[in-house]
Parts: sequence; structure tokens; C-alpha cells
Amino acid sequence: MRQQIEPMPTPADGLIIVAKRDCPTCTMLEPVYAALAKDEAGLTIYSQDDPAFPKSVPAVDDRDLEVSYRFEIETVPTLIRLKRGEEIGRAIGWNRGEWEALAGQDGLGDGLPENQPGCGSKSVDPGVPEILAVRFGDTQLEARQVEVGAMDDEIEACFQRGWSDGLPVVPPTPVRVLRMLQGTTRDPQETIGEIPPNLSHCTVEKVAINAVMAGCKPEYLPVVLAAVEAVLDPKFAMHGVLCTTHFVGPILVVNGPIAKRIGMNSGVNALGQGNRANSTIGRALQLVIRNVGGGRPGEIDRSTIGNPGKVGLCFAEDESKPIWKPFSEERGIAAGTSAVTLYAGEGLMGNFDQLSRTPQSLTRSLAMSIKAIGHPKRAPGHDVMIVMGHEHFCVYERAGWTRDQTMQEFDEALTLQADNLLRGVGGVAEGLPERMAGKTVKKVRPGGLNIVRAGGEAGLMSALIGGWAASGERGSDLVTKEIGT
Amino acid sequence: MSENVTLLDPTAETSPAMRERLAPPESLEGLVIGVLDIGKVRGDVFCDEISKLLGEKGFTVKQYAKPTNTRTAPTDLAQTIATECDVVVEALSD
Repeated sequence: MRQQIEPMPTPADGLIIVAKRDCPTCTMLEPVYAALAKDEAGLTIYSQDDPAFPKSVPAVDDRDLEVSYRFEIETVPTLIRLKRGEEIGRAIGWNRGEWEALAGQDGLGDGLPENQPGCGSKSVDPGVPEILAVRFGDTQLEARQVEVGAMDDEIEACFQRGWSDGLPVVPPTPVRVLRMLQGTTRDPQETIGEIPPNLSHCTVEKVAINAVMAGCKPEYLPVVLAAVEAVLDPKFAMHGVLCTTHFVGPILVVNGPIAKRIGMNSGVNALGQGNRANSTIGRALQLVIRNVGGGRPGEIDRSTIGNPGKVGLCFAEDESKPIWKPFSEERGIAAGTSAVTLYAGEGLMGNFDQLSRTPQSLTRSLAMSIKAIGHPKRAPGHDVMIVMGHEHFCVYERAGWTRDQTMQEFDEALTLQADNLLRGVGGVAEGLPERMAGKTVKKVRPGGLNIVRAGGEAGLMSALIGGWAASGERGSDLVTKEIGT
Repeated sequence: MSENVTLLDPTAETSPAMRERLAPPESLEGLVIGVLDIGKVRGDVFCDEISKLLGEKGFTVKQYAKPTNTRTAPTDLAQTIATECDVVVEALSD
């Protein structure tokens, strides 16, 4: 986006002051302005809020903040000396010595304090720098601009262009995208990768545009960027996750300090509605896949039924009880480092075992639910994510069970007698082939059981989320990425 | 009046910036054709003739009329046409 407005002319030589009436230091300096107006090279005062201020010297109206923006004013008053169009000196706030040196005059502001700090420039009020950059500067944004008529509803315009997942999106104006990009230290034009299914080139800027549309705050952007990078890992097999007739979509689990810093929910209703970060980060990823990658339902997305989480499902793990390592640490990320893990998962199945008080009983109980994932008579090779609620986790905690011990117990509980699962058994055609008779099978593939913790303190509840029928090396595997800045 | 709003394209920019029109069907064979009189003077004469000619060619034709040409079609009418027809001739006459 290139600059379109001719810059407001400023003097090539002399003194300029940027001030505002709302600043006590600026108003205190009326007699100084009068004295400086006698400077041979001339004095120009730019007023940010009231062109009738100051009284002692006529001001130039800078209520649109163009001069303030171009001179990168952060504090008012700021005194600048120009020579042949170049700035040769600047004094910020009021300091008699500095002002006298810059002005080449002695005895300025007789009776005023030696020093008094100024106030914030209106050009750096929250949200204003991005507005000024779009109006007066070169934003360095490269995305194609789409004009929407003044009488048209821009949210409806986004729907009409096919940019929405079915819910309203926040219209991605240049100002909003610039504000979003403040959330990352990365260059807007840095390449993130090629987004499936179309393998379309994707930059940080394109991710930011879609994050705006999803409703993200700028501080969520590093999580979204890490999630996009995770989805591009061939291990995750996003193209397959997208085009399968199965139910799955990417589910995001966030670990580490960023979860608290951006206010994510790992507690009550963690997988439900009501938290902005949870609701928008996963959505932003799905919008990147839809808009940049071209992955739309009914086209490449062939899911027979889908699942509600495909709008975007993201939650933080509850790391409040450190007796088990956080999920990300289990997956090789250093302690204290923020990370996001992507899991190709379907809708959740609840397990509300209210009576198990021993880890042995609870493990067998949860395993009964896990056996039903996909189909009760289908094995082996499934993936599962257990989102273990607080009170269920307390059963393992009270017994002092480690994660390894728990995993071992699940492995045994999920070892099944094939004879019970053969085709036709129980009057159900689905099942294992006859050649499996007499054998045992594992419901879950090696490494396919994942336990994360989330949920409120009350309720003996856990959620089981089945993975893609094609999991692991033959399909999608979990991918964990560190979250950068 | 406010100014136009500028949005940044969230896509891979492989399609035109202008919204693409729906591609017309390759054939009208077996399709239900709606004929919408938008309410301009003598539009009914024009629409009746169009419907007659299409009917003579063996097409299934349904006729509709907007209450007034000065406003967009009522939602109920638009939904009825969308439900009952595959294509529509929106007739203008003056």
C-alpha cells in the first residue's frame, strides 16, 4: 500500500514546535513561544488539538496529526530545529537549557521551572499510529486491496466473497491488520509456508489478515503463527485431514506461560464457548486453511458429517498441578516454554464416571469409553486424546500415580480379545476379519494415547476425543511447535 | 455519505478481485425457469411473451412479479423463486 497523499509542506529552516492545549507544560510555555517567534529563521507551531492554541503565536492546525506523524513526535511539546529541510536538533518536553541551546536564545521562560516533562503526543495514543500509517505512511502491506462501497455492509461483503466459515468475520481493514501485526516481531512479508490443499504461498501478513477476521487480539498472533507452522509439518498431513470423509479437524492445545498471558481458559467450560482466545485462535487457523489454502467444505473438504470443532477448537492445558509434566514437556518442549500442539480430532465423547475412586477402576472405566471410539468393534490403530477433568485427575494424584504408570494401565485396559470383535459377533457385521480369531489387539496405536488436563474443579468428568481413522505414520500424527514472538 | 471501505484480501489472490458471477448452466434441459416481472410499465406484457415462447420450446416456466420496481424483491419472493426455480430471467422493460 503506497502513500497516496501529498505531504503537508513544512518549513525547510527554523524552529517548529508540536504542542497541544490539553498539556499543562505546553500551555505553561506561552511566553516562550512569543520569545521564539522572534527567531530569525522563523517559528512554526503545530497544534494537535486546538488551532486557537497558543494565543501568543498563530498555530498551524495539526488535528489530523500529519506533521506529528511525519516527525515521529512522541511527547508534546517537542521543539525541533530544521536546516535546509533536515532536522538538526530536538528538545522533548521543557528544559530551559536544551531549549535555549537549540533556539540560540538566552533567558527563555523567565520565572518558569528549569525543567518540566511534557505529555504524550496524540499521534501515539493507542490505536492511532496504525490509522496514521495507513493515512500518511507506507504500511508495507502487500495484500490486494478490495474496495467495498460506502453503502454496502462490509461484513456482508466478506460473506459474499466466500471469506467466512459461516459466522460473521471482522472486516480486515488495513488499520486492523496493522494493529494485528503489532502482536509479532516477525516481518509481515516473511514466508510461513505453502498452505494445503492448494499449496498457496502464505506470509505473516496473510495469517494476520485471517486472524483479524477470526476476532483475534494482536497478542494471540504468535499462537496462530505457530499453529499454522504446525499444520504445515508433513507429519500432520493437513491435506488428508481436510479431504477425508472422517469427522476430524485440527484441535489446538496450548501450553506454557502464554496461555495465562493472553487469558486462555483451561478451566470451567474449557472446550466450550465464552473465552475470546480459545474461540478465535483455532478459528484463525481454519480461516487460513479456507482462504489461503482454498480448503472449503464440499470442495476439497469432503467430511461426511464434520464436527462442531471444525469452526476452530483451541484450549489451554491446566498446568496447576505439576505432579505430571505439562503435555508439551512430554512432547519434548523445554519447561517454561510456550507451545501449541495440533491433534487431528473428532467431536468429544463424555465420560462421567462418578464412582471410581481408584486409578485402576477409573482407567478401566475410561477405557470402556475409548473402546467405543470409531466403532466398538474396530481396532487396532486408533488415536485418542483424554481431556481429563480435575476430579478425575485427583484420583490418580491421590494414589500417587505417575503418567507412565497410568499409560501402562491404559495399555492393558485397551488390549482386547479379538474373538469379541469379529465380524458378525453380536449380530453386527462390522468387526475384525476371521483371521484375527484367538488373537489380542490394541485399540490404540503405540503412542496414540494422549492425556491432557482441563476443566473446572467440580465434576467427575473427562472427555474422550477420537483421532482420525488414519493416524500415525499412515495418516496424521500430533505436531508440537514452540510459540515464538 | 461515508467513503468506501478498503479490505485486505485474505485469500491466495488466485481469483479476480471482483466477485465472480455464477457460471450459467451448460444446458436448460430439465431446469425450471422463473420469469420475474420487476414491476416496470408493460413488464407484464414482456414477461408473458417470454414465458409463452419458453413454454412452446417445452421448458417448465414459473412467473413471478415484484410489488414495485423501486425496491428490491421481498425476501419471501426471493426465497420462493430460489426454492422453486433453477434459473431466473429478471425482466427489465421500459
